[in-house]
Amino acid sequence: MSGVKARFKGAFGGFSLDVSFTAPAKGITGLSGPSGCGKTTILRCIAGLTRVADGYLAANGTVWQNGDQFVAPHKREIGYVFQEPRLFSHLSVLGNLHYGMHRAKTTAIGLEPIIDLMGIRPLLQRSPVSLSGGECQRIAIGRALLSQPRLLLMDEPLSALDRHSKNEILPYLESLPAALSIPIIYVSHDLTELERLADHLVVMAGGRVQASGPMAQLLTDLSLPLARLPESAAVLTVTVEQYDAPYDLSQCQIDGLPFFIPGLLGPTGTKRRVRVRASDVSLATRQPSATSVLNVLPVHILSAEIAGPGQMLVLLSLGGTGETRLLSSITRKSWDALELRPGMALFAQIKGMALADR
Amino acid sequence: MSVQFLLITMGDAICGSWRRKFFAGGLAWAVMVWPPAMAGEASVAVAANFTAAAREIAGGFNAQTGHTVNLSTGSSGQLYAQITQGAPFEILLSADRQRPQQAELDGFATPGTRFTYAIGKLVLWSAQPGFIDTHGVVLHQGNFTHLAIANPASAPYGAAALETLKALGAYERTMPKFVQGESISQTYQFIASGNAELGFIALSQLVEHTGGSRWIVPENLYTPILQDAVLLKTGARNKVALEFFAYLKGPQAAAIITRHGYSTAAEK
Amino acid sequence: MWQTIWLTLQLAAITTLLLLIVGLPLAWWLARSRSRWVEPVAALVALPVVLPPTVLGFYLLIAMGPNGPLAPLLAVLGWRTLAFSFEGLVIGSVIYSLPFMVQPVRNAFQQIGDGPLEVAATLRASPLDAFFTVAAPLARGGILSGTILSFAHTVGEFGVVLMIGGNIPGETKTVSISIFDFVETMQWGAAHALSAGMLVFSFAVILLTMLIARHTGSPRS
Repeated sequence: MSGVKARFKGAFGGFSLDVSFTAPAKGITGLSGPSGCGKTTILRCIAGLTRVADGYLAANGTVWQNGDQFVAPHKREIGYVFQEPRLFSHLSVLGNLHYGMHRAKTTAIGLEPIIDLMGIRPLLQRSPVSLSGGECQRIAIGRALLSQPRLLLMDEPLSALDRHSKNEILPYLESLPAALSIPIIYVSHDLTELERLADHLVVMAGGRVQASGPMAQLLTDLSLPLARLPESAAVLTVTVEQYDAPYDLSQCQIDGLPFFIPGLLGPTGTKRRVRVRASDVSLATRQPSATSVLNVLPVHILSAEIAGPGQMLVLLSLGGTGETRLLSSITRKSWDALELRPGMALFAQIKGMALADR
Repeated sequence: MSVQFLLITMGDAICGSWRRKFFAGGLAWAVMVWPPAMAGEASVAVAANFTAAAREIAGGFNAQTGHTVNLSTGSSGQLYAQITQGAPFEILLSADRQRPQQAELDGFATPGTRFTYAIGKLVLWSAQPGFIDTHGVVLHQGNFTHLAIANPASAPYGAAALETLKALGAYERTMPKFVQGESISQTYQFIASGNAELGFIALSQLVEHTGGSRWIVPENLYTPILQDAVLLKTGARNKVALEFFAYLKGPQAAAIITRHGYSTAAEK
Repeated sequence: MWQTIWLTLQLAAITTLLLLIVGLPLAWWLARSRSRWVEPVAALVALPVVLPPTVLGFYLLIAMGPNGPLAPLLAVLGWRTLAFSFEGLVIGSVIYSLPFMVQPVRNAFQQIGDGPLEVAATLRASPLDAFFTVAAPLARGGILSGTILSFAHTVGEFGVVLMIGGNIPGETKTVSISIFDFVETMQWGAAHALSAGMLVFSFAVILLTMLIARHTGSPRS
């Protein structure tokens, strides 16, 4: 079977790990959770850098760990991008890139395409000690890719970078699933990163897996703490229909409903990911008129929960086929005043949104 | 000092007046100071091979006179080098005649004080019993890989060993098998540990030893190993040094010297 | 005199080479192992630093002789004793200078930490491969220090050579023994010449070591 199937159980100091999950063979699987919940440990276990006594790991059909059987890390065909770039300071950038390349058995992923993909051509002869964090991390990613991995592991690769460098690298990361056809497991505690990159999500807390599944679904799952985070949001996939140049607006559609997004998002038919924060969605029981909000969509209330002393978190399904979910964060006062209840049909006003890709 | 104080306070308690206090204090001081002038010290540099004998002689001297003789042992070359650089030795008991002669030439020695305090005996020794016959024929037979001698350039016993081998006509055959110890003690160590099957050392080193096999080399085969002593200028005015120097020539010292495997000049 | 100098340099060079072969793996194990034997072994390796060389030489003399533990092995080779030979001096020097190679290299390996080696493993490098292509280059400052210190330490060796050498010209008579002999025989001029040469050499070595340490001692990025 393709993809990754993992099960690890062990104790580390005062922390115990007991996880079991799968990751699909294509696309990015995000591994999220608060600091100290074991995300990095799992990644290290998958790589074989840490060994738990009770573990099972199969990747792309090969068993790498099963009870006493344990394949050494250098024999596993993985690529690992650490939190810090960890470039070899005694080699040039090109030397670093060559390191994994020369030890790999295949050459499917070529040097030139990776150099172009990561945008590191001007840096090839430089020594790593003179480069910025963002440059080093791009090289580290390239180096991991050039070792021809059958599984790519990334441990919070952007967390040590400043915002500018992060924004620099994210596009490269987004392009990875299309460029490679291997599973990628991406650890992050930053939800916005995962919203932008992941297709599949594994949510962890306290050394255990809380939920795993398609990302859009988990984000709007009220039983998970994800939805209760201050920056909780839903991720929608919209299709571009046309561009209104005078007003610089792209008209898109989702589930047959119109959706206006500023800027030129691409030619007709392009699919884009859009992130809608719960705090940006307000509700109205009657279709608002004379409002400056462009996007007013018909929705149904699926469920609602108290999310703080005066807050309610409402799960909505978009009108139409009803598969797309939205979150709305409103005051409890409004909930009571409008007499809202599950099952009701009403209107959601979406004040602002962010593109979740590029 | 505390005794003085005690005496002063006692005197104070007994006498009770200023003048008597001074008198008591002065008497106390005299008692304190006087005896050290009677019991003195001397510093003697001793060649390593004579160490055991020197300790006994010094012990006897100390017991008899109440003085203290301090011994510093080493190789004659090292000791002399230190003397030329101002080491505070007052007497030099060398392993040879050359260093005391040099001391006279260089002006470190008190003229006219040099004399032979001991005459060394050369012995061929092996740690293995029965290895060495009573005539040293083993030197001609040559079934050994290493022959230990002291460095002939700096140790008289080493020079004597060379002379002996040449006199016996065994030098050519044994020369490739030489291993040199920097001192007689080291040469002994080479033989005692078995690394060298046999070698030439001083008889005085075997005084306590009964093991192995030995051949006391006839004295006509080598230049006598005359070990000279000399009074150094630093000791010329030290009564204790002078007394010890004389003691070395006396009968008690002679008995000890002979017992340790040397001859004395008196016996010649 | 030149024969003595050449012999001394040969001894130092061969000893240093052997120390690299023996010392690097040992330093690696000491730096990375979690076995409880690490500190006792490290202490044993460090002994020659504090032990008087004559003590070491004394025990070597006994160990190398026909009554020592090596005797059966030597007998197989047709040797009676390891003392009084260049080979014996090499062995004595390797033991005597061992801490001067192992300690700087161990420190250098420890400073590398786990990071680069984990990266190497994820890039398909076996542990042996990683040792030669990552660990050793990163530790090159410490390895160079160890090499230079071992070399210089062996050149200056006296006590051990004194005890087991036997002062055989062209075989075991080294520069330090030579100086000692010159003093013993009151040849001050020669003693001065050789000693001054040793002094200049040692100073140059220490200076070189410090300059290298400064040049390669910059922390990893």
